[in-house]
Amino acid sequence: LEPDSGLSLTIARIVQRLQGSSLHSQLERQARVSLHKPEIKLESLKEDIKDFLKTSGWEKKLQNAVYSELNVFPSPCHPAAPPEHMKEPLAYMRKAQGSWEKRILKSLNSMCTELSIPLAQKRPVNEQKELLNKWNEMGTDEPDLSLFRPVYAPKDFLEVLMNLRNPNYDSGEQPSFRTHLGLIQVPLKVKDIPELKEDFSELGLTTGQLGIDDSAQVPPEFFENEHVRVGQKVLAEQDSAAAQQYVRQGCPTALRADLWALILNISNQPEDILYYEQLKSNVIQHDLLVDSLIYKDVKLTASNDDYYFVFEDYLYQVLLCFSRDTSVLEHFTYSSATPPKSYIRGKLGMEEYAVFYPPNGKINYNSFILPVAPLCFLYHEPPKLYQIFREMYVRFFFRLHSISSHPSGIVSLCLLFETLLQTHLPQLFYHLREIGAQPLRISFKWMVRAFSGYLATDQLLLLWDRILGYNSLEILAVLAAAVFAFRAVNLMEVTSLAAAEAVLADLSTLKVMPLLQIFLFATVT
Amino acid sequence: WRIMAGKVKWVTDIEKSVLINNFEKRGWIQVAENEDWNFYWMSVQTIRNVFSVETGYRLSDDQIVNHFPNHYELTRKDLMVKNIKRYRKELEKEGSPLAEKDENGKYIYLDFVPVTFMLPADYNLFVEEFRKNPSSTWIMKPCGKAQGKGIFLINKLSQIKKWSRDSKTSSFVSQSSKEAYVISLYINNPLLIGGKKFDLRLYVLVSTYRPLRCYMYKLGFCRFCTVKYTPSTSELDNMFVHLTNVAIQKHGDDYNHIHGGKWTVSNLRLYLESTRGKEVTNKLFDEIHWIIVQSLKAVAPVMNNDKHCFECYGYDIIIDDKLKPWLIEVNASPSLTSSTANDRILKYNLINDTLNIAVPNGEIPDCKWNKSPPKEVLGNYEVLYDEEMAQSDGHDRELRSRSGQSTGVKGNRGRDSGKPVLTTWK
Repeated sequence: LEPDSGLSLTIARIVQRLQGSSLHSQLERQARVSLHKPEIKLESLKEDIKDFLKTSGWEKKLQNAVYSELNVFPSPCHPAAPPEHMKEPLAYMRKAQGSWEKRILKSLNSMCTELSIPLAQKRPVNEQKELLNKWNEMGTDEPDLSLFRPVYAPKDFLEVLMNLRNPNYDSGEQPSFRTHLGLIQVPLKVKDIPELKEDFSELGLTTGQLGIDDSAQVPPEFFENEHVRVGQKVLAEQDSAAAQQYVRQGCPTALRADLWALILNISNQPEDILYYEQLKSNVIQHDLLVDSLIYKDVKLTASNDDYYFVFEDYLYQVLLCFSRDTSVLEHFTYSSATPPKSYIRGKLGMEEYAVFYPPNGKINYNSFILPVAPLCFLYHEPPKLYQIFREMYVRFFFRLHSISSHPSGIVSLCLLFETLLQTHLPQLFYHLREIGAQPLRISFKWMVRAFSGYLATDQLLLLWDRILGYNSLEILAVLAAAVFAFRAVNLMEVTSLAAAEAVLADLSTLKVMPLLQIFLFATVT
Repeated sequence: WRIMAGKVKWVTDIEKSVLINNFEKRGWIQVAENEDWNFYWMSVQTIRNVFSVETGYRLSDDQIVNHFPNHYELTRKDLMVKNIKRYRKELEKEGSPLAEKDENGKYIYLDFVPVTFMLPADYNLFVEEFRKNPSSTWIMKPCGKAQGKGIFLINKLSQIKKWSRDSKTSSFVSQSSKEAYVISLYINNPLLIGGKKFDLRLYVLVSTYRPLRCYMYKLGFCRFCTVKYTPSTSELDNMFVHLTNVAIQKHGDDYNHIHGGKWTVSNLRLYLESTRGKEVTNKLFDEIHWIIVQSLKAVAPVMNNDKHCFECYGYDIIIDDKLKPWLIEVNASPSLTSSTANDRILKYNLINDTLNIAVPNGEIPDCKWNKSPPKEVLGNYEVLYDEEMAQSDGHDRELRSRSGQSTGVKGNRGRDSGKPVLTTWK
């Protein structure tokens, strides 16, 4: 495959996606307006308009949009590859994801039938009014949710991942020191520490970091002040790529909200607020079964969290709107998952009568609640909060809930975690395995929630800075291994899974950056 | 007997495990009140008896108690307001720049208590003020009660008719302190987080008033209302929305026992820095420290600075949506009940650190010591204000740095213990 054709394909795709977007029409409008300006001359019209767009910052906005597309959409693998290869190139992974989805749907459908609740129904007018009044305080509602159960729990998902096998792979060799001792038994390529050190080079010992070099003992002149200054400059330039590079060393708290928005290419457009209001009215008008699942999950998780209980009401608002958002369907082109379809009563199988259910294609919320909550510390206006969450979801979080071979997918993260642990702490790994405490059984729940609900909020935000900065979730696996390394001494002494869980139950005092640095850069391998 | 001679003998009339566990872990010996004791953690009723004219007795040099005899100058709502008003007038008379007023006649630096009047004594003054803003809401608090008891909101003069009648009676109406009320302008634009109202509870330890030496506990917390805040008038009677005392919130339907509706101050700081920026957050915390110190300075001249005494106060502060902190009240007996496991740990550590400062080395105290503990024993406390240190640095520095009040000096990062002093001004 020639590099050129790959590039031109990518360009063509980006052009196609941006054409007709609101940015496109804004650029056109700006170009037209600029015609009135004296510096635009007819002879050099094209050049002059280009210059104008550059100096007025519009070129930057276009750059940011292109950069965003590059980040989110993977490059097409081959011009002849069918679309499902962009979702997931490996057939056995696609199959596994398909069966998993079928299982979830079955569970949902049987819950529906058992409780005789329709998947969706229009709300009566008085109920609509009531909900509108209560919109900002849905947390005070106490609907009877005892009959609803989460469609699946993280450990169910882990079981599925454990049973993944590549039918083309013959691991018929005798067990040896090279045998993988962990739960994941698929031969995906994961990075080793030398490769990780290269990828995460900005986390090295000689580079300043927020989360380490801004502690009280270090005078701010050494690193912090300059870093803040650079951050302000990046924001002034409104450059997404620069921001992404910058946050690898951590965001100053006061700049974080704006930096993340810049990286995710979210600006304050009036049409975005309108879109959110539209979603809100969809929620008001129609009641979906998944709404009850959302309520239940929020009640079970965030309401009891030391940090996030305050934002319970925002969580309902964001998640209910999210479930109505059909623009989320777009991400299914590069996700291994497929949105479930539902058919209008009596028209089963007839494509013209098919709708996606729920409208955004996502059923289970158990793991979403916690990844939304930390964002409430940064964005206190629901429309903005919503957009940031949605973008974080379609860029990163969806990979934690679907079966794929992607390096940031949950399967790879699990394998990366186990490999790191087995390679660098073999004695610990072996010991834990012997006592029936496979490490992944403990760390899975951390990774599948991107550590939300386990770390202190300020530490979590420092971790997520790096997720955005490196556009990858691999850091979650590295951190999980680093946590085990940190508590290795205590873990070597336990003799049961329960005791191991107890040693690792409380991560709220951990400082994330020193752990990562020590594990990657200061451990003798 | 010989073995026990060196150990501190303690008494308490407050049966709380966070106290007793702390005494026992130091190997102190529990004794009865009528025996020889060295340390008495007493309730406010008891301190009244100890220092009363009729029933009081002299404390010997090796006896320490946890209240100042007339703490009520600070901890009774009406007296606190009276003392602050008096303090402000004195500063004004001296021509101090601290007493500077703005074009509306409001104190620039010393306006931190919501407008307050005593009822029924100041009823007419109150009415005058009320009529300036007839749509305002006021909060009525009984002077002598705690835990949110007896508090209610009003927005119409007719709701406090009773106090008008009382003030008009010509004959002397005996006013027991229990019937006196204070009425304060209600902060109806509180800062909301997640749509919820909250207040701040901060612990401040005072070891001496003259010279003033006080410490602030780093681990204060925010108490959230369980019900969404609305300033609407129909909700005035819903105490769960407006009052944040844990004792009241605990009975609301939504009260959650796992987290008890509390946030640490460091969470608050993270949230404010992330959503409002670092400068305004630093300014807010600076102002909070300022108003605490000013309130202590205001009562220092009238406090009986008995050397047998120290006191740990619970300060209640509300932040409005312009990020201005308001002092609501000061508690002499902050609750030692724990509503959650985290709470229990916090209060246990609070008492532990307090005892380390008040009873150095855990040994039999000598009330004549200089009350200057070494930095290492402070634990989670930080020096808030040390008058002796401040004076040795020169008095005029205070005025200069106050009017050019700066924001982010390292010492302001209260939770890290780099430098011990919290304030940028002396």
